[in-house]
Amino acid sequence: MALSQAEVLAGIKEIVEEVAGIPAASIEMDKNFTDDLDVDSLSMVEVVVAAEERFGVKIPDDQVSALATVGDAVNFIVKVSA
Amino acid sequence: MSRRVVVTGLGATTPLGGDVATSWSALLAGKSGVRTLTEEWAATIPVTIAGRVAVDPSVVMERVEMRRLDRSEQFALIAAREAWKDAGSPDVELERLGVVIASGIGGVTTLLDQYDILKTKGARFVSPHTVPMLMPNGPAANVGLELKARAGVHTPVSACASGAEAIGYAMEMIRSNRAEIIVAGGVEAAVHALPMAAFAAMKALSTRNDEPTRASRPYDKDRDGFVLGEGGGILVLEELEHAKARGAKIYAELAGQGLTSDGYHIAAPDPDGSGVQRAIAFALRDAGLTTHDIVHLNAHATSTPVGDVAEANALRMALGDDIDHVLVSATKSMTGHLLGGAGAIESVFIVKALQERLAPPTINIDNMDPEVTINVVRDKPQTLPAGDIAALNDSFGFGGHNVVLAFRSY
Repeated sequence: MALSQAEVLAGIKEIVEEVAGIPAASIEMDKNFTDDLDVDSLSMVEVVVAAEERFGVKIPDDQVSALATVGDAVNFIVKVSA
Repeated sequence: MSRRVVVTGLGATTPLGGDVATSWSALLAGKSGVRTLTEEWAATIPVTIAGRVAVDPSVVMERVEMRRLDRSEQFALIAAREAWKDAGSPDVELERLGVVIASGIGGVTTLLDQYDILKTKGARFVSPHTVPMLMPNGPAANVGLELKARAGVHTPVSACASGAEAIGYAMEMIRSNRAEIIVAGGVEAAVHALPMAAFAAMKALSTRNDEPTRASRPYDKDRDGFVLGEGGGILVLEELEHAKARGAKIYAELAGQGLTSDGYHIAAPDPDGSGVQRAIAFALRDAGLTTHDIVHLNAHATSTPVGDVAEANALRMALGDDIDHVLVSATKSMTGHLLGGAGAIESVFIVKALQERLAPPTINIDNMDPEVTINVVRDKPQTLPAGDIAALNDSFGFGGHNVVLAFRSY
């Protein structure tokens, strides 16, 4: 069953708060992981693995570099969960 | 003209306190930082006591910062922040600022925890932070990053002599004009089932599990091994003229070092102690001191049956009759043995001793080992003389490493 954008965004917010310490309330779809959320390349690996486990999806390594913003990640996960 | 090196800042997190002031006052009061371990794994190994830091990093550090740092790196940052602030957060050209911080074992808890994850959850779940957390240069690298130090970041490794070797290396960096300020010291975070089981397998650890605070007892007739401690100590070392020019508070001078190796055995001390004697002679010569100048010595004295006597004999041979007026303190009786952090916290204690003219006590000597014929400070601190005085710290490591640092009052 496809996940909704709202539930994936809520999950990503929790993961980024855990990994980078950014309050969930300040995490929006247009935020850039590197520039806005202090998620460097190492921490991005943590976000990806946590998201895979939480949403039961696979995010191939060669797709990760395309996920620049929270919205990119949310939309990708919604798409592959369908 | 030769460049002299002084101490302008101190930091520490130890089993006795979360900073220098608390650790030092507990030391003078003769308190032990050794406790019974409450972790579940403690029941699986023969030794269930250790000196955990008195203030856990989680009390003073943000969760998000902690999760990217090995415990040894957390200790390094906590102590370095204190030392840097204590030095007045000096305004120094970054290309003239360096870091030398050692660890004997490095990020061993990270290594073992991640191996557990690999086995139970799979490779995908191994943290991407694992390598920067387990590498032994991690503590130095993280402090270097925080201060943006660019003169060089180094990590000498020589087991339990590592912390002292780091401080000596830092002194040479300033002397040779590579830097004006070096943040130097040592840390260790190895309180974990595997390192403890391994030291226990060597019969190196005390098994006095029912009396944790009485277990570390250097020079006592019934000592039965060392007690593992964790934490670290950091000194801000600075070129004398640089320190004077900025009006820095100067604690003491780091005047010289002596380094030798035994070439004898991978773990046992050379019973003839010649390596230790030569290291002391080199340190005195390097510092321009004589045996008569030395009034205090913070001994390696880990509370092992063989090591304490071998060291005490070597000290007598090296200093001759002058050893009789040296007040010897074995502070591991209170902190436990911090391995790569030991020479660093003991250097912090020596600097405090020179500043306050007080030699800290050695606790738990119920019956002095008759083979130990040096002047050990017991139970209560003793006053050091006024005027220009000097003190030594000796540290030895598995592998036959001998490091002696010479400090002078300023």
